[in-house]
Amino acid sequence: MTAYLLKRLIIAVLTLVLASMVVFAVMEILPGDPARLMLGLNASADQVEMLRDQMGLNAPLVLRYLHWAGGLLSLDFGRSYTYSVPVIDLVRERIAVSLPLALIALALSTVIAIPVGVFSASRQGRAGDTLVMGAAQLGVAVPNFWFALMLIYLFAVWLRLVPAGGFPGWGAGIWPALKSLILPAVALALPQAAILARVARSALIEVLNEDYIRTARAKGLPHRAVLWRHALRNAMIPVLTILGLQFAFLLAGTIIIENVFYLPGLGRLIFQAITQRDLIVVESIVMLLVAAVILINLLVDFSYAIVDPRLRGRQ
Amino acid sequence: MSLIEIENLSLTIGATPILTGVELTIAPGEVVGLVGESGSGKSMTALTIMRLLPHLARAEGRVAFDGIDILAATEDQMCALRGDDIGMVFQEPMTALNPVKTIGEQVAEGIRWHTKAGRAEAEERTRKILDRVGLPEAKFPLSRYPHELSGGQRQRVVIAIACALKPKLLIADEPTTALDVVLQAQILDLLRDLVSENRMGLLLISHDLAVVTEMADRLTILRSGEVTEAGDTARTLSEQQHPYTRELALASMHVPARPKPHLAGSAKPLLEVENVGRDYPGRRTSLFRPAEPIRAVHDVSLTIEPAQSVALVGRSGCGKSTLARMILALDKPTAGTIRFRGEPITGKPEQALKPTRRDMQVVFQDPYGSFDPRQKVEKLVAEPLHLLERQPAKAERREMVALALHEVGLGPRDMDKYPHEFSGGQRQRLSIARAIITRPKLVVADEPVSALDVSIRAQILDLFAELNQKLGIAYLFITHDLTVARAMADEVLVMHEGRIVERGRATDVLDHPRSEAARALVAAAPDLHRAIARKMQEQG
Amino acid sequence: MTMRVDLPEETLEGVLAKALGNRSFLIGLVVTLLIVAVALVSFVWTPYDVTKLVIADKTQAPSWTHLFGTDHFGRDILSMIMVGARNSIAVALVAVGIGMGIGVPLGAFAAARGGLADEALMRVNDLIFAFPALLSAIMITAIFGPGAVNAIIAIGIFNIPVFARVTRAGALAIWPREFILAARAAGKGMTRITVEHILPNIATLLLVQGTIQFALGILAEAGLSYVGLGAQPPMPSWGRMLFDAQTRMVTAPWMAIFPGMAIVITVLGLNLLGDGLADILDPKSRRRR
Repeated sequence: MTAYLLKRLIIAVLTLVLASMVVFAVMEILPGDPARLMLGLNASADQVEMLRDQMGLNAPLVLRYLHWAGGLLSLDFGRSYTYSVPVIDLVRERIAVSLPLALIALALSTVIAIPVGVFSASRQGRAGDTLVMGAAQLGVAVPNFWFALMLIYLFAVWLRLVPAGGFPGWGAGIWPALKSLILPAVALALPQAAILARVARSALIEVLNEDYIRTARAKGLPHRAVLWRHALRNAMIPVLTILGLQFAFLLAGTIIIENVFYLPGLGRLIFQAITQRDLIVVESIVMLLVAAVILINLLVDFSYAIVDPRLRGRQ
Repeated sequence: MSLIEIENLSLTIGATPILTGVELTIAPGEVVGLVGESGSGKSMTALTIMRLLPHLARAEGRVAFDGIDILAATEDQMCALRGDDIGMVFQEPMTALNPVKTIGEQVAEGIRWHTKAGRAEAEERTRKILDRVGLPEAKFPLSRYPHELSGGQRQRVVIAIACALKPKLLIADEPTTALDVVLQAQILDLLRDLVSENRMGLLLISHDLAVVTEMADRLTILRSGEVTEAGDTARTLSEQQHPYTRELALASMHVPARPKPHLAGSAKPLLEVENVGRDYPGRRTSLFRPAEPIRAVHDVSLTIEPAQSVALVGRSGCGKSTLARMILALDKPTAGTIRFRGEPITGKPEQALKPTRRDMQVVFQDPYGSFDPRQKVEKLVAEPLHLLERQPAKAERREMVALALHEVGLGPRDMDKYPHEFSGGQRQRLSIARAIITRPKLVVADEPVSALDVSIRAQILDLFAELNQKLGIAYLFITHDLTVARAMADEVLVMHEGRIVERGRATDVLDHPRSEAARALVAAAPDLHRAIARKMQEQG
Repeated sequence: MTMRVDLPEETLEGVLAKALGNRSFLIGLVVTLLIVAVALVSFVWTPYDVTKLVIADKTQAPSWTHLFGTDHFGRDILSMIMVGARNSIAVALVAVGIGMGIGVPLGAFAAARGGLADEALMRVNDLIFAFPALLSAIMITAIFGPGAVNAIIAIGIFNIPVFARVTRAGALAIWPREFILAARAAGKGMTRITVEHILPNIATLLLVQGTIQFALGILAEAGLSYVGLGAQPPMPSWGRMLFDAQTRMVTAPWMAIFPGMAIVITVLGLNLLGDGLADILDPKSRRRR
């Protein structure tokens, strides 16, 4: 592995450790005693104290952190106060909805945005470019949850093409399950695609002004070949950066969108947990999502190295 | 029959006329030089032949290449010509190659596109041409990326791309301007050989009259988009019928008058550099092994006396700019001491450096980059006054700025302008005004004229000479250009790979170099006198 | 001939002339001023009192008496949108202020110092970037309970690394330039150079980023109050209005349409303003035209 990749890996691990400390610290300063919460108001002080010992709540701070972080590594997030089941079981069920939704949305927005960006950049200043970028400008301004409401109104209430919400579960078959994810995915993807298309366009236009594009033209390559063979790969670098940042927004968006469509995903779970003050669930999901963001950014860093040989170096 | 014929070519970009009535022909095997100062339309002429002009450009007239009307050709026809029958080499080798593709891919691409050759065949031809331009496969495999090559090597790759299919016409637009003199000589030799091997026509574009004279059979001189004179190189330059030709030639060889040259050993040294070294942390190749430090400057000693003018010459990357920065206390040496007027300046805190900085100022190469675009001239020129013990009042400060501007040939009204309202030469005057406002004893000038056109350059050199005589300022000129050293310096130091390898009186070092590095520099430096003499012999 | 990437070299008149010729800037400016004006007017006048519930008038379709209709409590939607504008603008503006106030000095310091300080700042940036504003808001809400201030803090925190990054990148591009060396040769220190030379030269960059973050802040605030992490009732907010509208999509679609349009128009206006500013102030775009 080259020094670059190793450095990015170390940074990602470091960030993850720091993030876990932040989450742990936040939960530490929270008011309320988890043991009392679990046992209810009628429990005696002795009972609470016993449970505190059992739960390891009386151990020193550092030990408690290590215990908790160690648990995370073995996917042991602790037990939910309200459901009295291991948090991992709750999460496993919900992630089967949230993860496919986020990934479909990410794929959809990329698949839409890149060709649109290329189209627009290659017709810079002409009618097609103006039209498409006008639409993108509008798309960037639309909040995804409002867009979702409008989609529901149009496709579910008016045209009755897809369900307005709810999720039949993967057990009901792939198609019915996917069908209920279509609208949420579109609602998430289109505003993101608008941002990405704008970035792709401006990155391409920037690259098309570079000297090496002129060298390629001087070789006799026609405009299209120059665009696809020389410009696109160089323009991918800023596009990847935005893609990485977007994943964080997409996760946040997923949490909100699930509430619009009544999808039983992590988003629904975390809001239920907040209202029920089931803090260990909140903590676990936040940690999980933060880890996902860090992981995606690590993947983006690695893909820079694929696109850009300058980062690879020589072994 | 001519390979290319340009007749009455006019070009406008938007409403701005760029070229008017340009005429130019090139025969097969002929080298034609296109000379002119910046903005004269040289590059636009080349891009017209390639039909790679900016969007808003409109060309009129006739450009015929091998019987094809270029201005009327379809884009498909042009694509067939570019890279196959017409090749082009650009000025900036650092940015002319695609950073994410291997050099093999980039050379083979044109071959495959035009000949429809298969991958293996194209790679075979790529190997041959890269070998021909001096990049043998054993040392430079096709899988190398541009960032793994130096500027000179990259320019060879660009030449390989342009010459891969043995074009009938090669256009080289300032192909060596970004390179140092030794690399310049190598690249020019390569171009000359390639052209004669394949009987190509070569259009060589340059601002440097000496370079073009050495290379070209015929010359075309361009000024503000119009041809002022054209003809055989030797005759054009020996007869100098057009006044502009004479102006250019004189400016290229200009040596400013310095009635009182400095006599060495006459005074206590102003600046003493003793055994100074500078290491930079190297690039790590492994996380577990410490990186090898890079030695930019190694064990350098030198002295400069009051009012003495010293030139520090060397190839790019030899460490001369690093040395200059250490002398200016903008960078810290890792070894040795630097003394200014007897006081050591190494390792002193910024506050204690004030008196030294007051007596030691700097002029940079780039007249565009050396001013904050957001400030007015008054504030910019007055910046070093910050170093005075007593801060002058506003009126007094304006007076001092006005005086400094007057000394460099600008007026007091220029004080309220922004730097972008000045031309390149005027900005270099501003730069000098800023440098002399505190009445320093030493001015360090880092390539002060290499970004300027020849006529402007001559004026700035005159100004330096005048200030040396009038104010007794000592100079340290950092330059790769031996003509500057010859024109301005009492003494010349030659630097090579971080060390000073030769020092002596300017005329001694430049006329009879002893070290190998100095000999290479002198041999490679273009010299207009020499070039004209040689051309006269060749062309009778 | 090489193309030069110049720093902005503009006189005020030149910038003004270009601004008047830039369509997105003009449209963006007019829309933004209009929204701000609406928010200001709402302090002294709204068509109806938004604190009064008139159950008799509940869920009325748009008409001449209620231009945008009424909600399920009989409140006038137009009036609520007007009052909601205050909340959106205030939250987004303060969040940009937090981001700039902390991020710009940090970024400038990191660029000036380099080395370890720089590395440390970048790591903290990575850390904050790992927490999307929604997650910070969730955690803050978990600690302090819901409220409009949470939204400000969460969005503000997320803005810090954004401004730190932009400032650092801009400053790093300027530090190696020769006029900075000249200033150092004139004996000026790090702080003084940053204030006199670096910040004025990246001001336009920050202005453009500020507009972008302002627009993003409005979107984020709407999202947070939609899920109940932002402004709390009875304080009208655009996101909250959309939440109330959700279950009444079939019977009272106007409850969803108009607040949504308010968000879209505001964000669109700000984005156009940002694009226009970038066009006017960016020397590269000048070269392209």
